[in-house]
Amino acid sequence: MRGLLAAAMLTGIYSFLGACWMVILDAPDVAFTEAAVGAGIATVLMLATLSLTSTREKPPTRSTAVPLLVVIVTGAALWYGTFDMPHYGDPEAPIHRWPDPSYVERTRVEVDMPNVVTAVLASYRGYDTLGETTVIFTAVIGVMLLLRRPKREQGAK
Amino acid sequence: MRRVEILRVVAAKLLIPFILLFALYVQFHGDFGPGGGFQAGVIFGAAFVLYALIFGLDAARRVAPRAVVDRLVALGVLLYAGTGVVTMLLGGRFLDYDVLNHHHPVHGQHWGIFAVELGVGITVAAGMITLYFSFAGRRRGS
Repeated sequence: MRGLLAAAMLTGIYSFLGACWMVILDAPDVAFTEAAVGAGIATVLMLATLSLTSTREKPPTRSTAVPLLVVIVTGAALWYGTFDMPHYGDPEAPIHRWPDPSYVERTRVEVDMPNVVTAVLASYRGYDTLGETTVIFTAVIGVMLLLRRPKREQGAK
Repeated sequence: MRRVEILRVVAAKLLIPFILLFALYVQFHGDFGPGGGFQAGVIFGAAFVLYALIFGLDAARRVAPRAVVDRLVALGVLLYAGTGVVTMLLGGRFLDYDVLNHHHPVHGQHWGIFAVELGVGITVAAGMITLYFSFAGRRRGS
């Protein structure tokens, strides 16, 4: 497929399906993010990029055998990794036993919030979330520096 | 031309207010239902992106001036980190919200989470608007 417009739309559709899976897995917070960022903003940004460049991919000049091999090996390794995964909903699965599951019980007493996800993100792991916010801030600064034209140039156009 | 007019009426006048309202709901109801600052910020930013897509970049720039949006990106992070500094000044540890209300530590937690989620929301919303405007502000070959 060489039509990049269709590729961008397919990525958006895939993200939206990913959001649906997250709802099935009882993770509405993640589904929200996936639908808004993956299917929404990311698709718009890709289309904005395509409007600046070209909507058709150039034919490859080199052989595609090596990249194909790398993709197959990586896919096989990931598939092999699923053999060791616990069954869905297994109470003994590591994710349900580590780190300390008492977060869920303590939240009611210490933070008193029905949404444990918010309590963990903003209170128990406040440092992490501060770091994530700083990452977004840094990324936006980077895009500004790279893409934005200086004011002088804009006035002259 | 007619179809563009319908798009403007339906999308802008009907959809955008509800998108903004839903973003605020996700922001301030994040303690009870799914959502929080990050999701709310993205939805809020998406409303501005929609506005820019329909009415053009110049009109959107008038609604969200560069000087304001640029400062909001930094303000959100400052609000988050500032909450941590306030808890330190009140004698607690960095981002230890219990000290925000000495009588009811649980209320302190609520206030602290409200403040930091608001900070995340402001930074993400302004960041998404800036990202889109930076991309859309360039012309082919410039």
